[in-house]
Amino acid sequence: MSEMAFPFAVLPRGANTNATPVAPLTEADRKPLTKKEVSADHPTWCPGCGDFSVLALYFKLIEKRRMFHEKITTVAGIGCSSRFPYFVQAHGAHFIHGRALPFASGVALSRPDLHVFVFGGDGDAFSIGGNHFTHTARKNVKLTYVVMDNNVYGLTKSQTSPTSPIGFKSKTDVWGAKDRPVNPIKQAICAGATFVARTTSTNPNHVLAMMEQAMDHDGFAFIQVLSECTEFYAGAFDNANPRKGGTFAEVPKEHDVTDEYASYRLAEDLSPGKFGVFYKVQRPTKNANEWQIIADHQAKTVGLEPWQILKKNFDRMK
Amino acid sequence: MSDAAVATSAGGQPTVSKISEAVIRIAGNSQDGIQAIGGFLARLAGRSEQEVMTFMTIPSTISGGPSIFQVRIGSGEVLSAGDEADMLLAFYDHSYLAHLNSLKKGGIVIYDSDHLKPEAIPAENLAKYRHIGVPISSLTVEAIGGSGRDKGKNVYALGLLARMFDLNVEKLHRLLQERFTGKDPKIAETALNAFNAGYHYTLATATELFQFQPGENVGLSQVVMSGNEALAYGLIAAGVRFGAGYPITPWSDIMELLRRELPKYGGQFQQCEDEIASVSMAIGASWGGRVAVTGSSGPGIALKTEAIGWAVMAEMPLVVVDVQRGGPSTGMPTNIEQSDLNIAVFGGHGDCPRVVIAPASVEDCFYSAIEAVNIARKYSTPVILLTDQGIATRIEAFKEPDLRRVVQDISPDYSAVTEHKPYDLSAPDGITRHIAPGTRVASGKYPVVTGLEHDELGHPTGSPKVHLQMTAKRRNKLKKLATELPAPVVYGPPEGQVLLVSWGSAQGPVQEAVKAARAAGKAVSGLHIKYISPVPNDLDKIFEAFNHVLVVELNDEGLNGVGQFGGLLRARYADKKIRGITKSDGLTWKIREILDRIAAMTA
Repeated sequence: MSEMAFPFAVLPRGANTNATPVAPLTEADRKPLTKKEVSADHPTWCPGCGDFSVLALYFKLIEKRRMFHEKITTVAGIGCSSRFPYFVQAHGAHFIHGRALPFASGVALSRPDLHVFVFGGDGDAFSIGGNHFTHTARKNVKLTYVVMDNNVYGLTKSQTSPTSPIGFKSKTDVWGAKDRPVNPIKQAICAGATFVARTTSTNPNHVLAMMEQAMDHDGFAFIQVLSECTEFYAGAFDNANPRKGGTFAEVPKEHDVTDEYASYRLAEDLSPGKFGVFYKVQRPTKNANEWQIIADHQAKTVGLEPWQILKKNFDRMK
Repeated sequence: MSDAAVATSAGGQPTVSKISEAVIRIAGNSQDGIQAIGGFLARLAGRSEQEVMTFMTIPSTISGGPSIFQVRIGSGEVLSAGDEADMLLAFYDHSYLAHLNSLKKGGIVIYDSDHLKPEAIPAENLAKYRHIGVPISSLTVEAIGGSGRDKGKNVYALGLLARMFDLNVEKLHRLLQERFTGKDPKIAETALNAFNAGYHYTLATATELFQFQPGENVGLSQVVMSGNEALAYGLIAAGVRFGAGYPITPWSDIMELLRRELPKYGGQFQQCEDEIASVSMAIGASWGGRVAVTGSSGPGIALKTEAIGWAVMAEMPLVVVDVQRGGPSTGMPTNIEQSDLNIAVFGGHGDCPRVVIAPASVEDCFYSAIEAVNIARKYSTPVILLTDQGIATRIEAFKEPDLRRVVQDISPDYSAVTEHKPYDLSAPDGITRHIAPGTRVASGKYPVVTGLEHDELGHPTGSPKVHLQMTAKRRNKLKKLATELPAPVVYGPPEGQVLLVSWGSAQGPVQEAVKAARAAGKAVSGLHIKYISPVPNDLDKIFEAFNHVLVVELNDEGLNGVGQFGGLLRARYADKKIRGITKSDGLTWKIREILDRIAAMTA
């Protein structure tokens, strides 16, 4: 057989967009983004939804940490909270149900210049996406995962979620849920997450503090944010809200965040439970390991063009 | 060995027959290193400027179980693995019994007389085939010593064959040395000893030897590899630097090769927790700015379909490899079938047009991979590369690609843009592309990529009008692609009684069938279609000139009675003369089978 003709030539570099390039924009005089500049669509959430608070604090984080539009990478799966990327004026991806983590891992692993934020709900994280939660944590992919946990399926209008407490009445458990709920903090520690924190949307300063620490963590950082669904599970987290007569108890100062068993025990009772960083250790990230493998291999092919590296393989197949 | 010109025999010396091709089947168990002998023969043929094609089966169990390797070496064009073998090399009595019927009448069977006792061979077999008993197992132990069980007898057998077919011993020695380079030098020495022992044994006993006529590919530098290797290297040549996958036969070799090779190019391949994670990770990397690859075989493709649908909706470039195997469900993991066409073209929910390309040969796997990448980028779409177990595992020799010319640079460009609409409805032919995260947009309006129906910036909309417009956009860009596809060329005269339509690996057998039918005076031509979705336009104009259009494919005729590609062509052209020649026995086409079916369907 003769060599094939190429009906489809390679697109030149720079031809992979349908937009006109501009003269280089100056970086020096850029001011921190305001909430107005970084907000996009008005959220589709119900009035009083806890997710508003998380979004507002993401904007605050962007402003405080002087992140600019092009470097903000927001990824989500499916659910009420997963609508997040539409509300942020930045590069965003709204992927399929439960698969936000592997999608985000693809971005994080191939783009070391970006910090990837993933937002989602308890169904996305612990039910349909449970397998991905385990393995992304285990591999320690560097990204920040914020789970807005409302203990109910809200978008589909009140079915039992993996974190719904026993006895919770939903449309799929009219007599009250019977299944033991997932404990997100224990789940994350067991799976091998290297940063595990817990906060609640009713305490904005604490949410921001957790987000900042998560972002600064070199590894897979997981935050459970209690975020009330006013429509289908009103009052779910009142016992963690001092304004509703509850108690907001922080993780004790003397807690050793590197002690896996102590962290696990601290997460025993999450109603209302403690708030703050439960677990934090340093372990090589997937990203660092991969880039080390690449560096080791490229050291052996220094000065060679890709076609020359391939030629070496082909020469061995003659 | 059809056109053998027998040379005269001098004294007690064996006669030497000049042959233009030979089909050799080697049968034993999976741990006997049968694939290794086949690989040596194929590689030698490639170096000797011969055409070569192989066919192999391996059991899906981990160790043990019968295994065969068939190699067809020819001085002229070799298009299929061959219907009948000229020679059978049988390591056990069960290999002898199971494969004797694959041998042509008068063919030669070499058997291991340590396992199959000569007295156990029925007289009728002795009358029909020429038998040569060689105590392969014990002679191997004698040659290389030790109690290495059955190790080395494959190389001993290679020596037997080398003498039988007057193969280039010097080149084989070099291949053996290359193969065992880096290991204990004693291993290479042992291999050479086993080979030499086999080579000299035949010399003493054979009555007829064979010699290949010189090949036609004189002066060509050929490479020898499997379809899976060609495809993986094609992806690298195309500039792919990220992939993700999950192990499944027969796709796994591709991910193993990419995992091993990509780091040299600054790339990476991730083994994921499951099929869904792997397609999702590849899509994420594609969004990151550089088209990525995922792949699998049937069951894994079924799992990936939701995410592939997202890539269609979000218009994300992506290459998905489907190495088809016998289905449905777990099916026949190590057998050939072309029964994933429907899931490749239609799999998933909603109106979900995507590109499907089916390589026809090992060489075609290399170039199709590059083409898939370029189409994915140009049209911002998922492209499915539909190969099969046959192409994936067989070894062929082909002209070494001009790598300096074909290796591409597709590194991403993050330079700032004035404004950007990822789903711009005013774009010509509906073709838009994405900017990757990291790209600054001067207007301050940033894109979202999404699986929800969306407006031009990627924000959700429930507008009936926009849904119609966006559905048309996703359809029209691929209709535009259809106009740019090269028109398929009829093999043989452009008119006649029968047109055999092939896709994928059926190309070789169909072309051989066309040759054989025409030699018998029948007005049969062939048409190979590489682009399955969209199909090239105006196929009906080609069909018009024939009375019968018979689509040859390895799948079941199905509830509609025409096979999967046949069904697609029928739906497109509503032409009753389109019918199917289908089978799903898990084996490649024999030329005889196709000819018989044509005769039955046109009687």
